[in-house]
Amino acid sequence: MTKLGTPPPASDVTPEPLYLRRREFVRNAALFTATSAGAGGSLLWLMSGRRAGKKSSRSKGNPVDLPVARQGTESTNESRTPYRDVTTYNNFYEFGTDKSDPAELAGTLRPRPWTVRVDGEVQKPQVIDLDQLLGWFPLEERVYRMRCVEAWSMVIPWLGFPLGDLLRRVEPTSRAKYVAFTTLFDPEQMPGQQRRVLDWPYVEGLRIDEAMHPLTLLAVGLYGKTLPNQNGAPLRLVVPWKYGFKGIKSIVGIRLVEAQPPTTWNLAAPHEYGFYANVNPAVDHPRWSQATERRIGELRRRPTLPFNGYAEQVAGLYAGMDLREFF
Amino acid sequence: MRRPKPLPWLKPGVFVGALVPVAAILFRAWRGELGANPIAQALNQLGLVALVFLVAALACTPLKTLFGWTWPIRLRRMLGLFGFFYGLLHVSTYTVLDQGLDWRAVWADVTKRKFIYVGASTFVLLVPLAVTSTSGALKRLGYARWKRLHRLAYVATVLGVIHFLWRVKRDVREPIVYGTVLAVLLLVRLGTYLRVRLAASAN
Repeated sequence: MTKLGTPPPASDVTPEPLYLRRREFVRNAALFTATSAGAGGSLLWLMSGRRAGKKSSRSKGNPVDLPVARQGTESTNESRTPYRDVTTYNNFYEFGTDKSDPAELAGTLRPRPWTVRVDGEVQKPQVIDLDQLLGWFPLEERVYRMRCVEAWSMVIPWLGFPLGDLLRRVEPTSRAKYVAFTTLFDPEQMPGQQRRVLDWPYVEGLRIDEAMHPLTLLAVGLYGKTLPNQNGAPLRLVVPWKYGFKGIKSIVGIRLVEAQPPTTWNLAAPHEYGFYANVNPAVDHPRWSQATERRIGELRRRPTLPFNGYAEQVAGLYAGMDLREFF
Repeated sequence: MRRPKPLPWLKPGVFVGALVPVAAILFRAWRGELGANPIAQALNQLGLVALVFLVAALACTPLKTLFGWTWPIRLRRMLGLFGFFYGLLHVSTYTVLDQGLDWRAVWADVTKRKFIYVGASTFVLLVPLAVTSTSGALKRLGYARWKRLHRLAYVATVLGVIHFLWRVKRDVREPIVYGTVLAVLLLVRLGTYLRVRLAASAN
């Protein structure tokens, strides 16, 4: 009959004020958790550059092995920057201004089929298919120091051939005093070009003697494989004694010209980035010192060397020039 | 019975949330997830978070003006102190980890580079504000003097935004966002000030 049993004694019943306090406690605990999660989450979102919605487009095609015909004699023995760092820490504004953007977003670039137009003051102007170009020159590996104008550096095993070999093949005329390079302009493939952070397309230039110098490389690969998109696939310039921004990426045009060509960073900030941009610890960037650099992977800064340690080979190119004026 | 404080969860919740960035940076550093240049990454993120807190502290009064909310005022001191805390971590990362305590290089940077000079000024201005942030200091100084001193918070935050703006190489979008928010907050205050002046002159 008495299924419900007798009611508990009055002394066992939680007093109403305490019962309400318990509910209040649970409510406050929930609100505390929500507040800390909300504040912390918002801060993490702001730290990430507010890019939660940005869609990632990593490269689908993996870099493939390239045949290496010979080891370059100019290679440094310094320890190489790990592949992961070389391919995830990039300045390639065509895919965004954060260092991690190119690795995340360069999947939209199609490095094949690819052609390069070589023209201007040459006897044999031509449009060259990249695979044809690869057949002309044996690839050699060159391990070079790479010094960014932002005062960090890497050691990268590039694969490529001397730019001079290509230039000689198209036979420059006597009026060819400079070489002008152009990056692909295609805002579909290079979404960063949809905003005018820089004056697109990216252009760079070298004096003809710099371009013909045996250290100057047209690179098609690194670490024994084709260039990942974020490193400037399928063809980029490497000038190891100059700041990294001279190494124009994803090249579609090489023109030999009579007058010094415009260069992108020089146009953007002429007092900060010169045409020559030779690595020089004695000439500071207006906003930071160039005396030292951080080698990626190292804790302590190391001194920056004149011409990035290639002075013996290239200092002669600038004999008699005031390198403070021609920075 | 003592009346319970309203919103008892607010301050502890924001406090714990405010520690998330430093915890995240330490955790990512330990996991090797700060990228190829972890020192630069930590330096940039700590500076950004410091600026966020400085702007947030200056947002409390305008929020009351615009919406009548009083709860942000109760967070203001804590937000300002977190701005100082992250500023201190930012400056320490720069001097200890980035420059390796090479004081000559630091001094050369501060005196020769205007963006670092402005950043250092921001931090120097925050020190007296942090020191006088206690209720005791407010009493000792007297409210009027304390308030005048703490107007430096505007100067410091404006300098913080300029420091950020001059630092970036080309992409100024992010500094512009913070500058715009700060400008709106200052305009609200200017509106209050003008209204008070007008009311005073009308009498």
